[in-house]
Amino acid sequence: MAETNLHRMHRFDLTKRLVAKLQREEAVIGGIGHSNFDLWAAGHRPQNFYMLGSMGLAIPIALGVALAQPARRCFALEGDGSLLMQLGCLATVATLAPKNLTMLIMDNGSYQITGGQATPAAGGADFVAIARGCGLRSAVWATDETDFDAQIDRCLATDGPHLIGLKLDDQPPAAQTERDPPQLRDRFMRGMGVKKSKLPG
Amino acid sequence: MSDAAADWPDQIYALFKEHGIRQVALVPDAGHSRLIKRCLADNDIKVTTLTTEEEGIGLIFGGWLGGEKGVLLMQSSGVGNCINMLSVPIAHRTPCPMIVTMRGDYGEFNPFQIPMGNATQTVLEAMGTLVKRAETPEDVAPTVNATLRLAFNTYRPTATLISQRVIGAKTFGK
Repeated sequence: MAETNLHRMHRFDLTKRLVAKLQREEAVIGGIGHSNFDLWAAGHRPQNFYMLGSMGLAIPIALGVALAQPARRCFALEGDGSLLMQLGCLATVATLAPKNLTMLIMDNGSYQITGGQATPAAGGADFVAIARGCGLRSAVWATDETDFDAQIDRCLATDGPHLIGLKLDDQPPAAQTERDPPQLRDRFMRGMGVKKSKLPG
Repeated sequence: MSDAAADWPDQIYALFKEHGIRQVALVPDAGHSRLIKRCLADNDIKVTTLTTEEEGIGLIFGGWLGGEKGVLLMQSSGVGNCINMLSVPIAHRTPCPMIVTMRGDYGEFNPFQIPMGNATQTVLEAMGTLVKRAETPEDVAPTVNATLRLAFNTYRPTATLISQRVIGAKTFGK
């Protein structure tokens, strides 16, 4: 199916569908803005990390976690505008080929949080084609919600790296993430099992 | 007694092992080539060649979140590429040690290297990075050791700037 004709889905709905399938303490890195807002709204898990800044770094951060913990599956939720700032990271991921990394590209075609301005991908940039061109063979668009569910199942059952493109509508986020970066980092490290502290967390 | 003039890259590698460094992220620089070779030959160190230094700030942060210590290697020009991203280790209070080979600071031949080379320490410090300079080969190992200790014990970005006096000013055969 042509990328431009894909059925547009809701970010919050897809995020809830993803979270519902995570049964093995998988790490999820929510990119800046609405990508992590809806991850927060879907219900906090100790293995969720929420980015309050550093646009474009969701995939590099998830890659660092994936390399450090090869036995744990890691998901990066990255917006289309953010990915455009750091397209090179797709080549980096393809070269290192971490089996435990899945990237979800939340593509609503706009900088929604700043007023819905169109991104420079409006000229026809296709993120799945770009990913495949970078060497990521397991890169596909999800055609609808049922296909999304099946793709997530595949990513949880097979070796990656995987990338799924998601065409989204302009539904606003369901909540806003709390903004205390040291606390978010501390809770995530406890969720990763690497923070050993007698302080209650 | 070792010959520091030639061996400082090996001394940095030895410090990586002493500090338990498991991830090294880099944009290659000629000044780091011997250290990079040592890291690539070590199965206990994951070397990531980056497309931009910004990626490295995210990678080192993610590695720390996952329980591994990392170091970022780059040239001084690369410092300019990742200034905004230093917000990540500052905001989250995490280690981000950087070892920067300098251009544009001592005997530079390329006019284009001067602006960023001259500004490297200032902009790093403006973003809250603790910066120490190594001006001689003998300075390198103790300065890198201090940079690693400061990063991992006090949870912040730190940098050693290795002077062109140590590396030798490049001439590209001129």
